[in-house]
Amino acid sequence: MRPPDPVDRFHATLSGSVQPGLLAVAPDEVAPRVAVYRNNVAHSLKAALARRYPVVERLVGLEFFAAMASLFIANHPPMTPVLQEWGQDFAGFLAQFPPVAGLPYLPDVARLEWLRGEAYHAADATFLPPARLSPDTPLHLHPSLRLLRSAWPVVGIWQANQPGRDGRCSEDEARIALIWRGPDFEVPVVALRVEDADTIEALLRGSPLSDAVRSSDPVPLLTLLLRNQLICDGGYP
Amino acid sequence: MPLPPRAGLGFKPQHYADICATPPDLGFFEVHAENYLGAGGAPHAMLGALRRDFALSIHGVGLSIGGLRIDPDHLSRVKALCDRYQPDSFSEHLAWSSHGAEYLNDLLPVPYNAASLSRVIDHVDQVQTALGRQLLLENPATYVVFTESDIPETEFLAEIAARTGCGLLLDVNNVFVSCTNHRTEPRAYLDIFPLAQVGEIHLGGHEAEELPSGPLLIDAHGSAVADPVWALYAEVLAGLGPVATLVEWDNDVPAWPLLLAEAARAERMLQESARHAAA
Repeated sequence: MRPPDPVDRFHATLSGSVQPGLLAVAPDEVAPRVAVYRNNVAHSLKAALARRYPVVERLVGLEFFAAMASLFIANHPPMTPVLQEWGQDFAGFLAQFPPVAGLPYLPDVARLEWLRGEAYHAADATFLPPARLSPDTPLHLHPSLRLLRSAWPVVGIWQANQPGRDGRCSEDEARIALIWRGPDFEVPVVALRVEDADTIEALLRGSPLSDAVRSSDPVPLLTLLLRNQLICDGGYP
Repeated sequence: MPLPPRAGLGFKPQHYADICATPPDLGFFEVHAENYLGAGGAPHAMLGALRRDFALSIHGVGLSIGGLRIDPDHLSRVKALCDRYQPDSFSEHLAWSSHGAEYLNDLLPVPYNAASLSRVIDHVDQVQTALGRQLLLENPATYVVFTESDIPETEFLAEIAARTGCGLLLDVNNVFVSCTNHRTEPRAYLDIFPLAQVGEIHLGGHEAEELPSGPLLIDAHGSAVADPVWALYAEVLAGLGPVATLVEWDNDVPAWPLLLAEAARAERMLQESARHAAA
């Protein structure tokens, strides 16, 4: 065991009490000076979590979100300096957090927001011109494409809580969300029929289109995939 | 190629449309490495376009050079980013931000003693070897002093530069913030700072709190550069001549014209300094 370095002892100070003898600071100024670092860590991580989960924040309110974020950060701190890759555990945390048990759809809203972030940063790919489409070979779907199946109408909840919307959901019962990154880097969320979700999953497993189609009417899904340039060339740019 | 001795700005995606509509006459753009480590999408599309038209500085905030170890996986991702964009400069901080695997997302203070000096020198060597390029190491803004620190910060930085061949990034706001917080004189700090190693200057805004012994300044990057920092900057330029200068404004980011005006102020001072250097 190496003896604790001042770096170890400062780390312990940040998450616990100030280590005696560590700092050459007037006794009455130790707390406010250490607080600058504690606040920087806490505020910057809370802000990063709020940027990733804006609809969850809106659904529970700013103050509640901030308090909940502190608990999440204490138990699931980032393990990477790339903050866009931190926070996937938030949905699981929400599912186990009794104060939000009255909002049972919240974990799936968080899953949807996590997948939108993944889509935003996913690899680039080039669109396959429809003339080169073949029903008998596997299709390459855009690397940003994500599918979420939920027991709750997550698409309507997400859409109703976008900026400028009043939060009221339509009667829409859509429980499957399709997410992708469009050519202008927007990340839409649309509802998918069960049979179309099955088709997407079959395509992602490598089934050719002729085997993957599960619906008597595949035209709406194919139109969506083609119109949004979600069928890509096999080679990446 | 070093950065041109002109004023630059940190790139914020919300300004991208303004930049495309009227390409600014700026010396360079600077980005934080950790914001561009995703696989694709908008960040890379924007950075690729900027790189074609401007000199580029990549500024790391997550290598934790002042900590107990460097994460080799993170270092290889930063290397891949530098290989892809071939920045004119890569810089990092004399600070730590990770402890074990935990990432704290702040620039935390380094003890200045023989043990940490030797550790930081090893880390700078490790980074420069991996990246295959010189690193500029930035002086930190600090709020505490360690009992175990027995080497002045200026000497600590000079020794790292001498032993590793790294350059230094002189953050003039950090000098003002740290010296004010530790009740020392910023001009005395700058008098003994190894200016010959400086490859870039940072300017930024700070906030102030009051402590029993006087002000506590916080390096918040959320406001305009303060007048005493501009005055110190003028003195640094008088001693050093023109050197690439970034105006940092990372929080409460203002509208593009206001940022451009801050950069223009630095640019006028750089031009003045160039005229003096030529005379």
